[in-house]
Amino acid sequence: MTAAATRRPLFDGAEWNFEVLKRSYDAIEEIGAGEMGLDIYTNQIEVITAEQMLDAYASIGMPNMYRHWSFGKHFAREDVLYRKGARALAYELVINSDPCINYVMEENTMTMQMLVMAHAAMGHNHFFKNNYVFQQWTDATAILDYLRFAKEYVTECEEKYGVETVEAVLDSAHALMPQGISRHPVRRQSRTAKHERERKRREHEEATYNELWRTVPRSQLPQKPLTPEAKEAEEESQSLGLPQENLLYFLEKHSPKLDDWKRELLRIVRMLGQYFYPQRQTKVMNEGCATFVHYEIMGRLYDKGLITEGSMLEFMHSHSSVVYQPRFEDKSFGGFNPYALGFAMMRDIKRISEEPTPEDRDWFPEFAGNGDALGNLKEAWANFRDDSFILQYLSPKLIRDFRLFQIHDNTGSSFVEVKAIHDELGYRRVRNVLADQYDAAARDPDIQVVNADLSGGRRLTLQHRVRRGVLLDKDQCDRTLQHVAHLWGYRVKMLEVDVENGKTLKEHEALPLP
Amino acid sequence: MHIVDRRLNPKAKSLGNRQRFLRRAKAEIREAVRDAIKRRKVSEIDGGENIRIRSKGLREPSFGLGSHTGERDFVLPGNREYSVGDVIRKPEGGAGGGGQKGSPDGEGEDDFVFSLSREEFLDLFFDDLKLPNLVKAKLKDLRSPEPMRAGFTTEGPPAKLNRLRTMRNSLARRIALRRPRLAELEELEAAIRAEEAREPPDRERITRLHARLAHLSHMRKVVAYIDPIDLQYNRHERRPKPKTQAVMFCLMDVSASMTEALKELAKRFFMLLHLFLSRHYAEVDIVFIRHTTTAQEVDEDTFFRDTESGGTVISTALEEMLRVVAERYPVEDWNIYAAQASDGHNFDDDMERCVTMLQRDILPICQYFAYIEVMPEAQIAPMQSVAWAGYSEVAPGQPYFAMRRVSSPGEIYPVFRELFSGSASGSEERAAR
Repeated sequence: MTAAATRRPLFDGAEWNFEVLKRSYDAIEEIGAGEMGLDIYTNQIEVITAEQMLDAYASIGMPNMYRHWSFGKHFAREDVLYRKGARALAYELVINSDPCINYVMEENTMTMQMLVMAHAAMGHNHFFKNNYVFQQWTDATAILDYLRFAKEYVTECEEKYGVETVEAVLDSAHALMPQGISRHPVRRQSRTAKHERERKRREHEEATYNELWRTVPRSQLPQKPLTPEAKEAEEESQSLGLPQENLLYFLEKHSPKLDDWKRELLRIVRMLGQYFYPQRQTKVMNEGCATFVHYEIMGRLYDKGLITEGSMLEFMHSHSSVVYQPRFEDKSFGGFNPYALGFAMMRDIKRISEEPTPEDRDWFPEFAGNGDALGNLKEAWANFRDDSFILQYLSPKLIRDFRLFQIHDNTGSSFVEVKAIHDELGYRRVRNVLADQYDAAARDPDIQVVNADLSGGRRLTLQHRVRRGVLLDKDQCDRTLQHVAHLWGYRVKMLEVDVENGKTLKEHEALPLP
Repeated sequence: MHIVDRRLNPKAKSLGNRQRFLRRAKAEIREAVRDAIKRRKVSEIDGGENIRIRSKGLREPSFGLGSHTGERDFVLPGNREYSVGDVIRKPEGGAGGGGQKGSPDGEGEDDFVFSLSREEFLDLFFDDLKLPNLVKAKLKDLRSPEPMRAGFTTEGPPAKLNRLRTMRNSLARRIALRRPRLAELEELEAAIRAEEAREPPDRERITRLHARLAHLSHMRKVVAYIDPIDLQYNRHERRPKPKTQAVMFCLMDVSASMTEALKELAKRFFMLLHLFLSRHYAEVDIVFIRHTTTAQEVDEDTFFRDTESGGTVISTALEEMLRVVAERYPVEDWNIYAAQASDGHNFDDDMERCVTMLQRDILPICQYFAYIEVMPEAQIAPMQSVAWAGYSEVAPGQPYFAMRRVSSPGEIYPVFRELFSGSASGSEERAAR
């Protein structure tokens, strides 16, 4: 027993107060940022009531969100479920911002407050600050100011142009939010850097000039001269930046009929969509990281004698229900539980680092048995997102533990087929398919703007690039297309084109309502 | 690290969102509220409601992949018996195993349950009735009798202990019973010590002092610092409203000519009156009397649901009402209100009797008598009905008698205009019983 083990517990019983909260946070930070070396934004812990939590839920988890009826709708539904006791509220909510805002509920017991602080203020916080998708796509220092601006702007518009007009634009924009994301960051270059690169390329060409290349026969096919119309069309689509996957961006920049303030609203929705995209890409990792961190911190607190046995039991109870993964046949099965999968993978990385089996050494030669579990984890947390993380780190042992198997489903047939299971032949297949399942870009339909006939009938053409014959849900598509037409102002057409053979499988069309 | 207490932030931050949401689904919600009113009892109009709506306006579509086309692969956890190559029949009505779930905002969500607060429910109820705003505010006002300070009492819960008065009593008692103060005892002990320290000590004086000390200590024990008889508690009383009870008579013609729709209309009329009365009286009784050619007192369900066949004799209902009043509601103790709904049919020779009864027996004991004649909306130029013609004779010179023809809920309110506007002066004056 070390001297530390004789320290007095930080608290006793379920009650909490601000002083205990502060003391406990300090102890948690000492372990998280100190012993574990997590790199975190400054924390701000805000105590809120259940009603405020419901409110935050309804406004997609953001404080100070602008007003919209859909948030009222979600609030009403959550409210009924909560009152009936059909659904428990989350214990915490954390915002990717600097300072990092952690909401904790007043009715949590002190043990739960500890858990929440370890989970969100340490785990999520570290992840937000260090993961590359978040670094690439979100600006934690600016988001709170931007939300304030957005709220004020929307309110101002409502006063000027009427609530209903603003609502109509926001409705349409919300419908296109998943298509308001630029998935490939554009690396902006300054003009001088560009010139510099060009100069270097020329130098390289000159330095490596070889007479021989001149003798290579040129392509024999005569260049077919483009008709003037085709040329014009090509120029036009080039000036519009087509094809364009970011529908909201395209509409904001090129929609012929929109007022400026409507363009600004589209921009706001687009910015929010983009801000949340990293969270969708890293669900498993984010929760896995936070759950691993809280598990580690609570364990260490207990070892030091800073929390009582009662607290530890309460924590274990709630922890184990959080990381429970029902079987696929279970009534409560609703897909993979990101907490369960994430936590298991993090623990597994720790195991492989410290006590690898020969199999692990085969599969993960880079780090198996190197003893630096936290170092390996931090590297994973920084440089991966869900799909690449699973592809890289899902071990055969976990596949066996979860008893994962792959199903192939052809909607034409009334049977599904088991393609792979948790055995030597199946590990890689299962891992690939599971990784695909978590690829945000593969889950969303691949939709692009391919043509906007600005000089003629102003018809906008969208294209859904169909993979493996999976078409859009017709009902949803028609309604969403209506929203596109509303923003574009003219006829809109959606072509569903097979990626492999270029055949058009289906067409949808919408006209703006007068 | 900061800890911020946000619990005191302004409440109902989501109110703006909720209003927008309610406005969005207004048509559907109003329909649902109408249904709810049909189900509710007259006396239950005052409260929130869980309502279920189905609204096109509440959809939030987005482009999503359908589940009925193409082929896909997915991974599931918890395999027990399957090995590679097994084929499994898909479960009925779903794409095997639930790999791809539908968009969360799909069709299934259109059916939407949520709860309306009492305020919101009443607002919608009033909207139909076209009540003026001032009246709405008055009816929604939930001022229950307030607890008022009412002197002091010797018993009560600890929370209501009046410390000032208790200590004052205690002090007075201690002085009266000569309870020695601690200082006195200490003084005495000091004297004893001083005496014992002297050479030679005065034994006799020491004994005396000891006796005195024993006496004083005993007194301190016997006379308590605070005694149960010192205790004083604040007393609160709920101030009763000036008028405490009222009885409301609902009279309705239930002969076959009163259709379901007309009864619904009448129900709104009764509900509004009840709401008004429950604001003014601590207790409101309702008596339902239905009549055809005979009248009887019934419960609410029978009142609105059952249809009788036969003709109509209004005076029977009035007689029944008088009988109930004589039996159960002595005029000295009860404020009596009556609301009558009918489609205007009556036997010709009964009308005279009705008018006499109204003028001689009923109006003198009533605070207010309201009569509505309900008719289908299609009926554009209504014929002068028997009852209407008869009651028209009564109306002049009777400020507490109101009559009105209505074909939609919006027309009901004017019947009560007198009641709502004059509630401060007219009816209260009369209500001096």
